[in-house]
Parts: sequence; structure tokens; C-alpha cells
Amino acid sequence: MASNTEQTAGQTPKSTKGIGIALFALAIVLFVIGVVGTKDPALSIHPMDQFELKPAFGGKEISLFTVTNGAVWNFLAVLAVLALMVVGTRGRAIIPSRVQSIAEMAYGFVHKMVEDVAGKDALDYFPYIFTLFLFVVMTNFLGLIPTSFTPTAQIAVTVVLALAVFIAVTVLGFVKNGVSFLGLFWVSSAPLALRPVLAIIEVTSYFVRPVSLSIRLAGNVMAGHAVLKVFAGFAGALGAFAVLPILGVVAIYALEVLVSFIQAYVFTVLTCVYLKDALHPSH
Amino acid sequence: MEGDIANLGQYIGAGMGALGAGIAALGVGNVAGNFLAGALRNPSAAAGQTATLFIGIAFAEALGIFSFLVALLLMFAV
Repeated sequence: MASNTEQTAGQTPKSTKGIGIALFALAIVLFVIGVVGTKDPALSIHPMDQFELKPAFGGKEISLFTVTNGAVWNFLAVLAVLALMVVGTRGRAIIPSRVQSIAEMAYGFVHKMVEDVAGKDALDYFPYIFTLFLFVVMTNFLGLIPTSFTPTAQIAVTVVLALAVFIAVTVLGFVKNGVSFLGLFWVSSAPLALRPVLAIIEVTSYFVRPVSLSIRLAGNVMAGHAVLKVFAGFAGALGAFAVLPILGVVAIYALEVLVSFIQAYVFTVLTCVYLKDALHPSH
Repeated sequence: MEGDIANLGQYIGAGMGALGAGIAALGVGNVAGNFLAGALRNPSAAAGQTATLFIGIAFAEALGIFSFLVALLLMFAV
């Protein structure tokens, strides 16, 4: 959805202003509907309600194959990534269009990051890391659309992403280095008496990696969205005089755009760090 | 008065978990501040170190997130 408007905007730069004004008007209309439509605005916004999984196409209970709102927004994010890349690489113009420059910038950004952080021989695994980055950044950005759902705020989603990285990196470390991969836990530069203690710490920190990787992403996104809803609750309670809470919502929304990108970046950069440890487990 | 003493302890514990998240903010600020101090002394070397900056921030932040997790568990899971 988002990339479609991007595409039309990229071809005719003059229409961007119109789209911006239209989006702004839409936001105001949605806000007015929201304020007028709720009978008791002070009580109607609960910060944690937005993270509730519901069946997307009617029905009440969730079984194994129910299409939930989380699944729908996951799917939309994948679709948006696909659209960005397909549209971005179709023209192959020397002077790139806007969509093409976004695609090229994203590619170059992640490529440079993998090369800088994990080394040249880690570039074999660049496609997976690039996919990871685009998926996380796109789910985060789509989740910032009002009334949408953010899959990355669900710990279940981020745990799967983090476990995939963790298992892949561990298997890769053993395949590439054999048993000497365990040297990652045996700090040979430390005094001999300290090494067993350090080994315990290293093993613990190794197994904490998927936990911190997943909770960091989910926690940041969830906390940001909950704060947005808390400020929206203030605005609802004040009714027509809610100038300060609305300014607060706008400021926090801008911060959330930044956080969405930074968290995707941190997730990817840590994946690169773990990959470097797996490829070169020297201490 | 409603609730019991276990609920009281739960909420007090969750509040103390939030304190831990705040203290982790000190660590993150320390990392970013020291990076800025170094970057202003040698701006030409700063661009290559942004990845290191974010890794440092991520590691400092992880511990704050653990206390946030403890607070969440106390509020919703226990």
C-alpha cells in the first residue's frame, strides 16, 4: 500500500504536495471521527489494547490456521518489501527515480554494514541479513500507520527472528570451525586461573543473545506504541482543548519513526556481530 | 482497601524494575556522550565508528530491557 503511493509520487513529483495535503486532511478527519465517535473518550483508549491478536476476517476464537491481524500485517510488510524491490529495480535508470534510490540506498547501506562489521567473507550471507533488515524496518514502518497492527511488538514474532539468527549462527560456527568454535568461550588472553570463570560468563552471555535480541526489538516498539496511546488518551480526556497532548503525540510519533529505523539497524548490526563471531571465533 | 499483600509486592516490584530501566539510560547516555566527545576531537574518524556506537548502545540497553522485562512479567504474567 505504502509503496504504491511512493511509486506514483516518484513519477510525478508535483503530485507529492497534493498527496501530503490529502493525507493530512485524512488524519484530521480520522481524528475528528475518533473524538466524536467515542462516547466516553477518557476511558476508551487502553494503551495495551492495540497489541491484541484478533481474527482479521470476522469470527471470535483463534485456531491454528486463523488469519489474524498480525498475519495480515506481516504479509503486507513482505508485499511492501517485494514491491519496493521490484519497482525499484525495474527501471535501472542511470539517474534513479525516487523508489530506485531508496532501494539502492537500502542495499548499499546493509552491504557496507555487513562488510564493515562482519568482514568480507560474511558477504555470502548478505541476502539473509538484507531480508531481515527490510522485513523488520517495513513491519515497523507499516505499524506506525494509525489503526494498523505492529507484528514486531509481539514477542512471538521477534523470538522467531532472533532464534533463527541464533541457531543459524551457531550451526555455521561449528560447520566452519569444527570444535575450535568452542574457543570463543575460552579467553586465551586472560590469566589461566581466570579462564574458567570467564568461560561461564561467556557461555551465559552467548545464550542470552537471542533473549536480548528479541526483547530489545519487541520492547522498544511496544513501549513506543503504548506511550503514543497514553498521550492519545490524554488528548481524548481533554477533548477540544487537547493542544499539548496532540503536540506530544506528534513529537513522539517523530521519535517512533527514528526508533523504528534504529531498532531495525541494531537488530541487523548485532546479527553481523554474531556472524563475525561464528566466522572468526578468536579471542 | 482491595487487593492483597501479594498484589502490593507485585506492583512495588514492577516499579523497581522500571527504576532499572531508568538507570540503564545513564549507561546509554554515557556511551553516546563519550562518543560525541571523541567525535568532536577527531571528526574525520567518527563516521567509521557509528556501528561501534550502536553496538555499545545496544549492549548497555539490553540490561535495561531485562529490568523492563521483569516489570512486564510482574505486571502481566505473575
